[in-house]
Amino acid sequence: MAEYDIPKQLRYSREDEWIRLEGDQVVVGVTDYAQQQLGDVVFVELPAVGTTVETGEPFGVIESVKAVSDLYAPVTGSVVEVNADLADHPDQVNSDCYGDGWMITVAMDDPEEFEALLDAKGYLEYLDERGED
Amino acid sequence: MSDLKQTPCAELHRRLGARLVPFAGFEMPVQYASILQEHRAVREAAGLFDVSHMGQIHLSGPTAVASAERLVSCPVASLAPGRVRYGLLCNEEGGVVDDVTIYREGANELFLCVNAANIEKDYRWIVRHVVEGTEVRNRSDETGLLALQGPACAAILGELAGSDVAALRRFRFERTTVADAPATVSRTGYTGSDGFEIYLAERDTPRVFEALLSAGTSRGLEPAGLGARDTLRLEAALPLYGHELDDTTSPLEAGLDRFVKREAGGFLGAEAIERRAEAGHPRVLAGFEVEGRGVARAEYPLRHGGRQVGVVTSGAPSPTLGKAIGLGYVPPALATEGTRLAVEVRGREVAVRIVKTPFVDQER
Repeated sequence: MAEYDIPKQLRYSREDEWIRLEGDQVVVGVTDYAQQQLGDVVFVELPAVGTTVETGEPFGVIESVKAVSDLYAPVTGSVVEVNADLADHPDQVNSDCYGDGWMITVAMDDPEEFEALLDAKGYLEYLDERGED
Repeated sequence: MSDLKQTPCAELHRRLGARLVPFAGFEMPVQYASILQEHRAVREAAGLFDVSHMGQIHLSGPTAVASAERLVSCPVASLAPGRVRYGLLCNEEGGVVDDVTIYREGANELFLCVNAANIEKDYRWIVRHVVEGTEVRNRSDETGLLALQGPACAAILGELAGSDVAALRRFRFERTTVADAPATVSRTGYTGSDGFEIYLAERDTPRVFEALLSAGTSRGLEPAGLGARDTLRLEAALPLYGHELDDTTSPLEAGLDRFVKREAGGFLGAEAIERRAEAGHPRVLAGFEVEGRGVARAEYPLRHGGRQVGVVTSGAPSPTLGKAIGLGYVPPALATEGTRLAVEVRGREVAVRIVKTPFVDQER
């Protein structure tokens, strides 16, 4: 079966995003599982800086050759930075999903929300439950 | 998943790491490594597709040719044995029942290669409309089909074929062997690149697939899935049934005039097709390039002057051109090259421009 790189130091959402804490902000991207499922990413649509995002609500769109998928916010807050490189290099989501493929940085309204996210073990179990591990 | 049909190569696809998805009632490989990589392999070297889900319906008997002339939009009597033509099965309203390739095997033997999703519908349609004295057999389940496509295809197939397949011209076919298995090899395809389609007995299909892969690896051959097949056929502006064609669409609206025997007529739907053409088609198929950022997808609205004027039937990023392309139906006045329209992508208008099709033409 497929192997996925799920770094231990990150947190995860059930919509296959990873979340990294930086002070009271979080950096968000999609997991290795998500990028493998999507295949070649050709387009990423991200919100403008200053946009408010809400937990569980779509904040952007990711397109592979074959399909269009929504990106769901793992926390509520306002967007303070977006990865503008993805406009010209969407393939960075495939080549480096935890690095150059990052998507947005969000200033959290409620920093406790971070603690409610899955850890790596929890996310792997969640993938397993979905029959994807 | 249990009620999905499997092609004879299903185990092999799993072993090759394919992602399998349901398509037209079959479990089919959508991609192995990457759609982009497989697409490029076909344009630059070669790709090998298992398309055993497609159907084969055989007509035989003293009236087989007369039946085919009645059933399909292209001329059949003039088709010499060993030649293939593309044509449409049409209904009495001039809509398309299916788009098919028709193979003349002998004086009184023909077969139609049909879309997987339409096998049962086509079979019933054909049985209902053949002339007396034609035997109809659906041999879809016992037949495997591999498509070897791309500029390196002749060199690769040449290593395994029992005849000089490189000498076979486009839209010709012959009975031969591939890796010692009896095969019907035709110089046809659905990618816009040079290619062969190889009809085999079901049981021989996985072995021939593996033999072709081994023979072709050093020439850049890769196994390729339905994802790449779709982007390749879109670049070639080849219609896909259910997208550009359906039971209500006239072949002339789809721009398929050269596959319709308009002067001779005499086939099912011919009168309705002419009547509709005389009345003027409210919409015609056009190709477009996306000029702004974004990808147009099937069913997205096409807009002009602030209102919807049409709809996208197929759209994807073109790996060869490096931009998004698509096909869609628009009023004839807006279908001319250079016309600027917009596609509505998630509530936002993105500029598109009507262009000549095919978008990419690599055939000899």
